[in-house]
Amino acid sequence: MNAVIWKLLLTRLATAAGTLLFVATTVFVITTMLPGDVAQEILGQNATPEAVAALRSAMGLDQPPLERFLSWLGGLMVGNPGVSLVNGLPVATLIGERLSNSLVLAAITAAVSVPVALLIGISSAMLRGSLYDRVVGAATIFVVSVPEFLVASLAVLVFAVKLHWLPALAQAPQGHDLLDLMRGLAMPIVTLSFVIVAQMARMTRAALIDTLSAPYIEMARLKGARPIRIVLTHALPNAIGPIANAVALSLSFLLGGVIIVETIFNYPGIAKLMVDGVATRDFPVVQACALIFCAGYLLLVMLADIAAILSNPRLRHQ
Amino acid sequence: MMNHDVSPPVLAEAPPAPRPARRLFWPRIGFAGTLGGSIILFWLVMALFGGHFAPHDATEMLDADVFEPINWLYPFGTDYLGRDILSRVLAGARQTVGIALAATVLAALGGLLAGLAAAVIGGWFDAILSRTLDAMISIPSKLFGLILVAAFGSSILVLIPTLAVIYLPGCYRLVRAAAVNVAKLDFVLVARARGEGSFYIMTREVLPNIVGPVLADFGLRFVYVVLLLSSLSFLGLGVQPPDADWGSLVRENIGGLPYGAPAVIMPAVAIASLTISINMLIDSLFGRNTDRKGAH
Amino acid sequence: MTKMTQSADSGAAPLVEVRNLKVVARGEDGREFPIVKDVSFSVERGEVVALIGESGSGKTTIALAMMGHARGGCRIAGGRVRLGDSEVTALSDAGLADLRGRRVAYIAQSAAAAFNPSRTIMTQVVESALIHKTATRAEAEIKARALFKALALPDPDRVGDRYPHQVSGGQLQRLLAAMALITDPELVIFDEPTTALDVTTQIEVLKAFKAVVRDRGTTGLYVSHDLAVVTQVADHIVVLRDGAIREVGATGQIIDAPRDDYTRSLIAAAEPQPRGAALLAEPSAPLLEVNGLTAGYGGVDSAGMPYIPVLNDVGFRIHRGSTLGVIGESGCGKSTLARVIAGLMPRARGSVKLDGRILAPAIGSRSREELRRIQIVFQMADTALNPATTVGKVLSRPLAFYHGLSGPALDRRVAELLDLVKLPRKLAARKPAELSGGQKQRINLARALAAKPDLILCDEVTSALDTVVAAAILDLLAELQRELGVSYMFISHDLKTVRAICDDIMVLYAGCKVEAGSREAMAKPPHHPYTDLLTASVPEMRMGWLEGAGAHTGAFASMHGGRVVSRAGCAFYPRCPLGIEGLCDRERPPLRPTVRGTEIACHRSDGDLMGLTVHGTEIAGHRSDLDVMGRPSAGQRSPTIAATSI
Repeated sequence: MNAVIWKLLLTRLATAAGTLLFVATTVFVITTMLPGDVAQEILGQNATPEAVAALRSAMGLDQPPLERFLSWLGGLMVGNPGVSLVNGLPVATLIGERLSNSLVLAAITAAVSVPVALLIGISSAMLRGSLYDRVVGAATIFVVSVPEFLVASLAVLVFAVKLHWLPALAQAPQGHDLLDLMRGLAMPIVTLSFVIVAQMARMTRAALIDTLSAPYIEMARLKGARPIRIVLTHALPNAIGPIANAVALSLSFLLGGVIIVETIFNYPGIAKLMVDGVATRDFPVVQACALIFCAGYLLLVMLADIAAILSNPRLRHQ
Repeated sequence: MMNHDVSPPVLAEAPPAPRPARRLFWPRIGFAGTLGGSIILFWLVMALFGGHFAPHDATEMLDADVFEPINWLYPFGTDYLGRDILSRVLAGARQTVGIALAATVLAALGGLLAGLAAAVIGGWFDAILSRTLDAMISIPSKLFGLILVAAFGSSILVLIPTLAVIYLPGCYRLVRAAAVNVAKLDFVLVARARGEGSFYIMTREVLPNIVGPVLADFGLRFVYVVLLLSSLSFLGLGVQPPDADWGSLVRENIGGLPYGAPAVIMPAVAIASLTISINMLIDSLFGRNTDRKGAH
Repeated sequence: MTKMTQSADSGAAPLVEVRNLKVVARGEDGREFPIVKDVSFSVERGEVVALIGESGSGKTTIALAMMGHARGGCRIAGGRVRLGDSEVTALSDAGLADLRGRRVAYIAQSAAAAFNPSRTIMTQVVESALIHKTATRAEAEIKARALFKALALPDPDRVGDRYPHQVSGGQLQRLLAAMALITDPELVIFDEPTTALDVTTQIEVLKAFKAVVRDRGTTGLYVSHDLAVVTQVADHIVVLRDGAIREVGATGQIIDAPRDDYTRSLIAAAEPQPRGAALLAEPSAPLLEVNGLTAGYGGVDSAGMPYIPVLNDVGFRIHRGSTLGVIGESGCGKSTLARVIAGLMPRARGSVKLDGRILAPAIGSRSREELRRIQIVFQMADTALNPATTVGKVLSRPLAFYHGLSGPALDRRVAELLDLVKLPRKLAARKPAELSGGQKQRINLARALAAKPDLILCDEVTSALDTVVAAAILDLLAELQRELGVSYMFISHDLKTVRAICDDIMVLYAGCKVEAGSREAMAKPPHHPYTDLLTASVPEMRMGWLEGAGAHTGAFASMHGGRVVSRAGCAFYPRCPLGIEGLCDRERPPLRPTVRGTEIACHRSDGDLMGLTVHGTEIAGHRSDLDVMGRPSAGQRSPTIAATSI
């Protein structure tokens, strides 16, 4: 680790922090610069002006926007993103358990799909142009171009309705029995993994094929190296950056995927919370959930960037 | 040095090998491409005239059971109110294709203009635009959609700009990357040295050379918009009743899923037929490794 | 086919025998067309055979076929290649893998691209030995170090621990040779191994290659477009054109008594003769006057100096109707110079005057008339024309932009311009992709001429072209100058080209002007030590040149020689055999006039510099002391270095 790498890493960190601040500002501005009066909307058209005014001041809506923004931001920093407009509970409490539910779902999906996707992507790059490669290509393009709810519906139809292997609804992880846990989460994980694996396998294949066209690969072939050696020792070390990028971007599809999957399977996660929040215009909940999602995305992208920096020999060996 | 009396002939080199006659208007797209193109055409026609071809009235509650399976009278079955799904899918084409097309055109035009300007003008203009739009990309599209719908609601006139705003940054990024590569080529330098203005360089020197990637990106982005619109409608946050796009049709009938009703699957299949067709056409026109990032 | 080799040790079969080799490529429309047509030749054990030809001659394709390899989209369609007792063209994939790197080794054109960036050099150099199990890792590393030493690499014991990006291009090229030789292959393929290098680096690499080939008795196949280089290393030469053999013969015969017309035109183009010089009768006011020009990247410091300077205090004049040649190696700032003058890059200091009037630094602040009078033509003909428009549109734009032409007048002028650059008028309807490289470069020139400029900045305009085509472009430039009285600033890395076309010559090194003068004055010493090195490094088309010139340039330290210089000192000090410690490394030498009327930036006196220069090598023009065959007269062959190293 040298000074240049440290500098680059710090720059990435600062960029991510800056972007998160930008996103927080955007989310806040979009959700508060509404046409109409939130308090009025919550209480309905028949509310007395006094009641509306009381709610406005209770929500802090009578303060200037900048002040509201700063106090909201300050609250976020100390882990207090406000109070739900709908049921008056602290948003932090609402998020609490649901976040861990979503994280369990995401973690298991990632653990299942990353190895499978890398295996498929690398093998189809190595067998480029073969029947296997073409079948993988057709299958993955099918999965990435259909909506997640179609994949979910088909999964239910096949695994629950026709085969009766799995329950059609998902349950929150409870108890300590791993098998029960897996059965409860199976449908969402299967659905999400389909989408993620297809995406990641395509991008991994593209990244590796790009590396395999480099002149040093031809040179290795002309030294008598066999295909396995070429891929393992010559191509993969140079493809770490692009593949890390592919993994991170594909995993970010999880963020979109869970929104659909948690809704369709009625899974008590943070995405379901946010969708309900949107439907009831519960802005503190929407804002907090949105920031958690964006932070997750930025974290993934930053990790991929760091992997690319650390795997770059020009940076590692000055 | 020996002085050979050979004056080098003007055309000493062979010109490049003759190319096959250009087929600008009918490129060879193969079977998959032709099939994809035909399906796209079909849905475009349905979006315009779908109502005329519908076997039943899309809103009429027919003398039928709910969630009927596929049969001769109702080829796609019936929905939770006993309406004909085929007719409703044909009617929904107008919502899905129309809204998505309008949003994609808006996003593409905005991205094209901003991307070209950033590449040609460069400097601070480019830096500020790129930073801002890159930061917008870091909001996942479904999430961005939810936030905007939470704030502005989901009438069709709001949905179109909402979807356009979400996909403009990605379009900008692609155009800018392609344009920057062209803008540093020598023929653009020659134009700059001649004293040409930014607008001339953008439209005459750079734009004609990035048409391919921009068109491919337009197709892909249309797919993303269709998927996002359908997802929002599926969540009940997109097209609102009594209008119904394909995503809403799936939502309405999700109760039929445990019975394996075609009412749930058929609208989703319609979406898939459109998006897969576009992907097949793009693959056969621009090659299989077209950049497919940014659909999260 | 010609029977080429009369083997010295008669009886033994040649090591390599190629019979009726055919290679085809698949075109855009899916049809196959031949790129190597029925080629036969053989290589005896211990000799080096050169494949020479221009782009598209199939030389690299033939060389790769020796390893049973064809690049993407190509395939070996017929004929046979025999190496020793193996039929290469009949081997399976596994058989080919056993052959490659063990019995035939390959040295690629770009070592920087051929080395895997994420593995150490040693790992890659010994890889063949480990794959083919010819040695243990420890044995292979010992052998590699011996090879590094034999290839005159600095720090042979530790260079293997580095990564490719930490080593210079010239060193990488030699490391690639070590990689090829580690298994003692029967045949080594050199694929344009010095083409990407600067001439002063090329001579070091050539010397190293020649020494190892001679000491080990290596059999080689040397692919090149450069006859002068090939003359130094090859025993036999195969001349190729359009995938077919034109002539085969011993090196001496090919260069002294070529039989084929095409070979003759190659030789003529490789040694360009001076084109008719402009009439230098007018000591009138200069057309372009540049003073104290400093430019670079990364912003400027408080003193107005760029943080990463590319050009440092450069000044010169160009007179109407004359040509200034700017010569220097990659990174010397010559292209930056053209861009700053054209206004494409900002300048940090100094002035540019056109007809006595100062030009604004940026294009936006110049008048259209000022822009019209200076035109720029770039090196890469491929990227200098907008691929989306037709030739006619390319030429029309400046006519409409500067002269407001339209309608029939415009069409007429486009046709005249095509006549002027000797292209058929019907090309106006074509797109650039349908033109050859030479045709494209002519269109580039025509576009510049459309403005009716006073000065054309030519940035390496012939460098990317084949020699015969480049020679025709030089002829055209000279003719246009005679007819139109236009001035050129001709930027090149190629001394021969500059010599052939320029009235005045300026030598740049690391952004500084180190020497300048008229072609005639520059023909004689004294020279700046860098000019001397550059001159001595340009390969000449005679056998034995490398040995003589190599000994001379050996007195110069290589680019990464280790001596350090402060930013205020002479940039050439680290390589200079005449450098004075305490002076040259501290103080930048001022430009001073010499007895010959040239200017030189050197602390040494004319007398000191005279001693360095070899009489047989000179920068320009009169080759009075060369005999008719381009060889130095007797008695001037061996260079003497009078100055003692300090």
